[in-house]
Amino acid sequence: MDEQLKSELSKQGIFATSLQELYNWGRKNSLWPLNFGLACCAIEMIAATMARYDMARFGAEVFRPSPRQADLMIVAGTITKKMAPQIVRLYNQMPEPKYVISMGACAISGGPFKQGYNVLKGIDRYIPVDVYIPGCPPRPEALIDALMFLQKKIDSQQLTGADRARHLDPDAPSEFIVPQFGAHDLEPPQNPEIWRPPLVEISLAEKNDAGSD
Amino acid sequence: MSTATEAVRLIPKPTDSHECQLLEVSMGPQHPSTHGVFRMDVALDGERVVKLKPVFGYLHRNHEKIAETESYLGSMPYTDRLDYMCSLTSNWAYALAVEKLAGIQVPERAEYLRVITAELTRLQNHASLIGFLLQDMGASGTPLMYAFREREKILDLFEALTGARMMCNYMRFGGCRVDMPAGWLQQAQKVVDAFPRFLDEYEQLFTENEILMARTQGVGVLSGELAVNAGITGPMLRASGVNYDIRKVDKYGIYERFAFRVPLGDHGDVYDRYMLRMLEMRESVKILQQALRDIPPGPIMDPKTKIRGFRPKAGEAYGRTESPKGELGFYLISDGSSNPYRYRVRPPSLVNLTVLEGMCLGQNVADVMAILGSVDIVMGEVDR
Amino acid sequence: MLEAIKSEIEANVSGCRLEVVPNSSPSGQHSLLIDCERALAVARFLRDAAHLRFDYCSNVTGIDWPGKEIVEKEKIKKLVDGVEQEVEEVRKTQSAGHLEAVYHLYSMEKKHGPVILRMRTKNRSDQTHLPSLTPIWRSAEFQEREIFDLYGIVFDGHPDLRRILMWDGFEDHPMRRDYVEPDDYEYEPTPHDEVLEKSKQHTHGVRAR
Repeated sequence: MDEQLKSELSKQGIFATSLQELYNWGRKNSLWPLNFGLACCAIEMIAATMARYDMARFGAEVFRPSPRQADLMIVAGTITKKMAPQIVRLYNQMPEPKYVISMGACAISGGPFKQGYNVLKGIDRYIPVDVYIPGCPPRPEALIDALMFLQKKIDSQQLTGADRARHLDPDAPSEFIVPQFGAHDLEPPQNPEIWRPPLVEISLAEKNDAGSD
Repeated sequence: MSTATEAVRLIPKPTDSHECQLLEVSMGPQHPSTHGVFRMDVALDGERVVKLKPVFGYLHRNHEKIAETESYLGSMPYTDRLDYMCSLTSNWAYALAVEKLAGIQVPERAEYLRVITAELTRLQNHASLIGFLLQDMGASGTPLMYAFREREKILDLFEALTGARMMCNYMRFGGCRVDMPAGWLQQAQKVVDAFPRFLDEYEQLFTENEILMARTQGVGVLSGELAVNAGITGPMLRASGVNYDIRKVDKYGIYERFAFRVPLGDHGDVYDRYMLRMLEMRESVKILQQALRDIPPGPIMDPKTKIRGFRPKAGEAYGRTESPKGELGFYLISDGSSNPYRYRVRPPSLVNLTVLEGMCLGQNVADVMAILGSVDIVMGEVDR
Repeated sequence: MLEAIKSEIEANVSGCRLEVVPNSSPSGQHSLLIDCERALAVARFLRDAAHLRFDYCSNVTGIDWPGKEIVEKEKIKKLVDGVEQEVEEVRKTQSAGHLEAVYHLYSMEKKHGPVILRMRTKNRSDQTHLPSLTPIWRSAEFQEREIFDLYGIVFDGHPDLRRILMWDGFEDHPMRRDYVEPDDYEYEPTPHDEVLEKSKQHTHGVRAR
């Protein structure tokens, strides 16, 4: 609908909207997160829901203990290899549409514990992530910022067309493989459909030159 | 707690002559409560717990292995993330162990700063713990909100002093990283002065609350004898009536200068553990009042200690402190190089869980949450 | 004080051999090396003796001491070209190394301590058994399980010796110093040294300019 006409109509007390806007508006303002904390970041997540920061202002205070009732997973903390299969399983159990916020350095890449033998280097190796929040731990304001960012993302979702939202595409997967415990590592160590090591540009010549000056 | 990760299956008990089945429930690891990724394999006979095996390792992030490749100072930020509710006491325990290993003296002002930050940490830990405990028992919201309201005030102090709310990374070998900014002492004084009023309010809400008493008295009883043998430390040990507070026994830092009492419990049940933390907070306020009054001016770092290229002589040392959870110790072995040969954390939370099964057997399944809550665990420290 | 405790243990536990392991650091915490056969008797004596009463075992630590190459130089008199000469001969031997469990004991009743006990396995590969002290101090239960998990010391007499931190099917002992962790390559924007070498191996991830 023409924006000008819309604003003209609203001046006359007539509210016009599209189904897409209504759908996205309803969805973005009632995100129900999964009650799920892993480590230090979970404490900041709890702090964000408490009186001072009050995430309820953004419609995201209804922490559900069951993945069946949740549509936002906040991966808050270090993911160990022992915990990773459970996280993927929880994600698989969440109904579509579902979103993931990767909170903190550990959930993004392993963070300070990256060198650890039992630490998964980022949850995006197994499940798709919508918003990343850096920080160790991120402040509650950062979590709220991520939430608002996610709301904007939901607001711009298309209901139809080629670039429609993922959950409206019947071919897009909503469940991902759950890694198994192996003798030395998780099997597979990453889901190749979602994550591959990014291409790194390394100038070998430059590297050799660096020593000479 | 009806998540699908909690696999529920029925197993017949063949030896029993009665028509009776045990129900095996796996509680966790997706948040059995508000205590992190901890799992308990519980077998239930009706509502009664007949078996409970804790399963750890869901937050095992290899702190000890990483520390063997880091420099001594490089491990300090990792200690923040051990017990992430109380980074400052973990800092202190590690700094104390290294100071023992290398024979470093700490200037007086730094000792005062350490006591002040450690006791503030204890206040916010105990207050939040009681909030979590009551949250687990179904008092959803209010107690935790009250606790976090106070916690935020203390975190503001930490942020002004150290630059971070939770991961303070404040202590250094031979002192503290930065001195307090202008006006911090007055601000801290204000928070400490107001704290007893919060405690009164908190106690008015809970201490004689009928539901709390019914849910916690006589539940999860731990005898003093078993507590000593099982290495239980901290408030949990003292709730069982054993007088052992490392602040009094080792007199580390400058704790002998302060007048404070060590509260003890009689019954060793969940209610005593709750009450003991309430009383401990009042004692901490007393220590804080004295420390804030007496803090002298002066340097905050030992000038002889090297920050860069710190290499203690070969040898070993075990240093321990009374963290809010119990005895937090660090055992360090140096081979003379810049990183420790062995770096061991003695985690109070892990050892305190030794008696979890014993406390829960014969109780109702709903009491397990209350008992676990009263142990006060943080998974970062249990699994490291 | 440690010498007094040592001679007292030797007087009360028959056939017990103890050795004081000195500690040169300023902490001055020397320790006692006990032999595995009589470890339980020593521990029981330390716990129950009326004036010692080490009723509280605070900390149990596992340590890995891998084998070292020992280079011995020996001067041997040899006949070289009919003349007796002193020739230096170098002999290289590989020591087996050992795993060690360290117990920190305190007394809650008498409020003294620590007394530090050490036990050593014979080697790191097949003879890694030590007696469990969990029957004496229950606080060792989870900590000994952790050492079994991460170092591979088998504690005989432990009531429930399973892996505690890693999952059950895991085969390695990751805290050992020769543990090689799985190569789960992680992208770094500024690779250097070891990380650069690692990323070169992942041919998918490298694009040489």
